[in-house]
Amino acid sequence: MEEKVLMKGNEAIAEAAIRSGCRHYFGYPITPQTEIAAYMSKVMPKIGGTFLQAESEVAAINMVYGVASTGKRVMTSSSSPGISLKSEGLSYLAGSDLPALVINVQRGGPGLGGIQPSQSDYFQATKGGGHGDYHMIVLAPSSVQEMASLTMKGFELADKYRMTSMILADGTIGQMMEAITFPETKSETVDTPWAVTGTECKRPHNIINSLSLVPEELERFNIQRFERYAEVEKNECMWESYEMEDAEICVVAFGIAARVAKNAIVAARAEGIKAGMIRPITLWPFPKAALYEASKKVKAFVSVELSMGQMIEDIELAIRCSRPVSLCRRVGGVIPNPEEVLNSIREAMKGGN
Amino acid sequence: MASNSILLAGFGGQGILFAGKFLAYKGMVAGKEVSWLPSYGPEMRGGTASCSVILSDTPIGSPIIMHPDCLVAMNLPSLEKYKGSVVPGGKIFLDSTLIDAEVGRDDVQVFAIPATRMALEAGVSTLANMVMVGKLIRECDDLSFDGLDETLHHVVSARRAALFDLNKTALNEGYNYEG
Amino acid sequence: MIVFDKPKSLTDTPFHYCPGCTHGIVHRLVAEAIDEFGIEGKTIGVAPVGCAVLAYNYFACDMVEAAHGRAPAVATGLKRALPDRVIFTYQGDGDLASIGMAETVHAATRNENITIIFINNAIYGMTGGQMAPTSLPGQVTQTSPYGRDVKTAGYPVKICEILSQLDGPTYLERVAVNNVKNVRNAKKAIRKAFQNQIEGKGFSLIEVISTCPTNWGMTPEKALAWVDEKMIPYYPLGVYTDRSAERGEEEK
Repeated sequence: MEEKVLMKGNEAIAEAAIRSGCRHYFGYPITPQTEIAAYMSKVMPKIGGTFLQAESEVAAINMVYGVASTGKRVMTSSSSPGISLKSEGLSYLAGSDLPALVINVQRGGPGLGGIQPSQSDYFQATKGGGHGDYHMIVLAPSSVQEMASLTMKGFELADKYRMTSMILADGTIGQMMEAITFPETKSETVDTPWAVTGTECKRPHNIINSLSLVPEELERFNIQRFERYAEVEKNECMWESYEMEDAEICVVAFGIAARVAKNAIVAARAEGIKAGMIRPITLWPFPKAALYEASKKVKAFVSVELSMGQMIEDIELAIRCSRPVSLCRRVGGVIPNPEEVLNSIREAMKGGN
Repeated sequence: MASNSILLAGFGGQGILFAGKFLAYKGMVAGKEVSWLPSYGPEMRGGTASCSVILSDTPIGSPIIMHPDCLVAMNLPSLEKYKGSVVPGGKIFLDSTLIDAEVGRDDVQVFAIPATRMALEAGVSTLANMVMVGKLIRECDDLSFDGLDETLHHVVSARRAALFDLNKTALNEGYNYEG
Repeated sequence: MIVFDKPKSLTDTPFHYCPGCTHGIVHRLVAEAIDEFGIEGKTIGVAPVGCAVLAYNYFACDMVEAAHGRAPAVATGLKRALPDRVIFTYQGDGDLASIGMAETVHAATRNENITIIFINNAIYGMTGGQMAPTSLPGQVTQTSPYGRDVKTAGYPVKICEILSQLDGPTYLERVAVNNVKNVRNAKKAIRKAFQNQIEGKGFSLIEVISTCPTNWGMTPEKALAWVDEKMIPYYPLGVYTDRSAERGEEEK
């Protein structure tokens, strides 16, 4: 097994990307994700890779689009306001069915917002962000270890389904250090007959394109894309079940909120409340089935979020509103403390809101 | 102790984050679960810096410390801000060269270390942070001086080997301080 | 005996361009250059958003369709991923000089080793004749119905002049395609722009003063004359930057 190393979450992402064979990185400085760019700028020139500080997030995502067109692994990283700028490119990547990895180390918004941790880009990440019908695979790490392993997973899934994977992290997980080991990287390569690499005058030209002026044709492309999305939903849902066997209250939280929630669940159990947690690891596809199954057993759900309540809508949909779902939230860069989560669990147990 | 949560705070530039990093490595080398969480952003540029380190025998939930077992305060604002949050029975380490104030709590152990002066006198003037850490290690049952070299190798880059001995001097100063 | 043939680097797809539009001429010049260097199999083109959006159907090499204005960034990604391929963009004035100004300037200042063909016809063609960043003072368009008023809409953007202030770019030339002599010069310039890239010399941009008879509201013949009367006096033809002699060696 590999040696344990102490790393910041942001650095773990960068190192994991390099170990995944990513040799092209484009970015623009923004707090709290800049360590990713700094790491890439240090390592890429030594391994024959590309680090390019782009003129804007818009340019960076379009450079990603260029590399992705060649079928090579590529990534960019930013934080919330920068992701808004990249949204145009995310829509084009989806429309052209290109694989890429995009990192969002979230900070508080809207607008310039703040620089402290947040999860308020949940809707933007899981429901679109850019224009048109599309999805990204959205992965939510809750530890530095997962920053590394989900980065690797993100590349694999992006290649497999010709989609953009997004790591939806937050300032805390990005900035904190934990001891981690890097998993073995799989060396399987995916065929990319669609890529533009030069025809060598041996095949018809490939065109990377999201434009279809014939409505019926564009409709067909959309439907085909969603058939692929259905495969992703069927195959790739990931979540962690924590203390759910006998749980009466199901906490749902991801990322840093799930870390806080764990402390609260331990405290709740210490005072006799049977609480557990389902932690979505993929936010899209959302682990609907796991939540639906849980809804048959638990009394109530508590959604713990660093937003005004975004994921709660997906929880209600997943359980078809069959149980009460309450919200425990802090926003603006504030992280709920375990006592606040514990109070929400107590309230849910009492049946109040 | 199954878990030790340590909050370090002071001015930006006092090496708060570095001291925390050292402690996190210390835990890792000892086979513990560790987390290190800094304050970040413009507030660090000459303002206050803080850093939360958790060392634990079991997986760590939240890396955010609400009620530290140990507080290392290297300036007055940090002491004032965080002294109330320390758990009853916890420990407060303060740099008494820079802090001329009473903690005002009788349910915690207070260690006043003239770290800045000691560092100056020992010829390691920039390493008051590590003097504080030396004392912290001495007073915490779950921390020891074992594996010190290995830990230092993690945090002091090979290119700056001279710093290795200086850090060790500072740690020793703190460790051996009686008071 | 064949006296005139279609370049190999163009597909058989008929152009959709309006009668008298000079896009067809410029497409042909680009394709001829690709043929003459024998690089069709290793060339990747980037199409813009604008009238030339469907250029990906016309060039026989691999093609990428970029978002509006982003072609130089996309080309940067392509070139960094495949440094031994020849990458060109084909962009109009709205694409390159308005929405994509930042991407243009920064690709130039990085001396990105790509070739840009810039069509300046002083109007937005595809959307139906709105004012372009390069529309002339007083020019009537759909969104400047009383003529471009420089007091409110400002002055035209002169790309070659702007970029020539930078230390980055290797080659900048403005040409026209409104008569045989100008077409010949344009061909030479486009060839040079590809040659520079093949030799690793860096960023070349050829600005081609073009026509839009449909949206200018002129016959094709009148449009060609208008280029001489109005466009060229405002946008003087010529080489604005040429560092090709001093570039390339250090990279090799």
